Amino acid sequence: MSGTTDQPEIPPEEVERVFKKLDQEAESAGYHLNPDTTFTRGLIEGMLVNERRYGYWACPCRLASGRKSEDLDIICPCDYRDADLSEYGACFCALYVSQDVKDGKRKARRIPERRPAEKLSAETEPPAASAAEGSAGSPAENTRAAKEPARAETPAGSAPAGAAELKYPVWRCKVCGYLCARDGPPEVCPICKAKKERFERFL
Amino acid sequence: MTFQHVEGTDKGRIVLYSLSTCMWCRMAKNLLRDLGIGYEYIDVDSLQAEEKDAIKKEIKKWNPDGSYPTIIINDKECVSGFDEAEIREKIK
Repeated sequence: MSGTTDQPEIPPEEVERVFKKLDQEAESAGYHLNPDTTFTRGLIEGMLVNERRYGYWACPCRLASGRKSEDLDIICPCDYRDADLSEYGACFCALYVSQDVKDGKRKARRIPERRPAEKLSAETEPPAASAAEGSAGSPAENTRAAKEPARAETPAGSAPAGAAELKYPVWRCKVCGYLCARDGPPEVCPICKAKKERFERFL
Repeated sequence: MTFQHVEGTDKGRIVLYSLSTCMWCRMAKNLLRDLGIGYEYIDVDSLQAEEKDAIKKEIKKWNPDGSYPTIIINDKECVSGFDEAEIREKIK
C-alpha cells in the first residue's frame, strides 16, 4: 500500500478528557455538543488525529491543506460554526448543535459547505509564497487581518473609516463574533475559546 | 492510489471518497455495509499530498464543493454528503 500515511492511535482516555473539557466550555458559553455521544467522541478522536498530523484541530469533516495559515478558518470551532448553527441547527460536522437539536426537536443532517470556494480549491502542495496576497477582494476583505495572526500594530491605512477617533482598536472573534476594545486581541476568546490568531481588527 | 474493496452484492461500481476522521463518512460506510453492497473507498486524508490533489480534482467533477463523503455510482450519479434516503434511492 504505497501512498498512504499511518493513522495515529488516540487513547480513549484522551478522547474522554477532551470531550469533558469541550462539553463544559460549550455549555458555559451557551453552545452544545451533539447529544449523540458516540458520534461526538468519534469527531473528537478525528480532531485529535488531525492534531497529531498537522499540529492543530483541523475540522474532521473537511480535508485540511496541512498549512495552518490556510486552514485557520477550519480549525475547530470553525469560522462557519455559528452561522450554520443559526441556519441548520448544527455545524458542518454536527459536533456542535443548537438547543432544539440537543432537545431532539430537530435533527442534525447534511448541510451545504459554507466555506468559500477559493478556500476549498487550495492545493495540498506548498504554494508559491503569498500567491493569494493582493488578489482582488472586496474592500472589507482587504482590511481583515485574516492571513496573519492579529497584531496590535495594524497599519493605519488598513483600519476602517472612523477607527482613528477610537481610543482603542476593536477586535472581533471570527468564530463567535465577540468584540473587545483593547490594544490587542486576548490570548483566548473568553466566549468560544478560539485562540488569538482567530481575531480580526473590526474597528 | 489504492482503493479498499468491501465485499458485497454487486450493484455496479460504487466508489466512496471519504475522510478517516469524518463521522458522516463512517455512517456512509456503515450504511453500505448494512445494506450488504460491494463498494470501493478511499480515505483521502490518509493519502500523500500529490495524490490528494489528483483525487480532489476527480471529486470536484461530481461534487463542486468537494465535500465528504462523496459517492459515485456507476460513473453516472453522485451523492454529495451523507443522506441515507438519497443513498438508498440511487443505489438500487
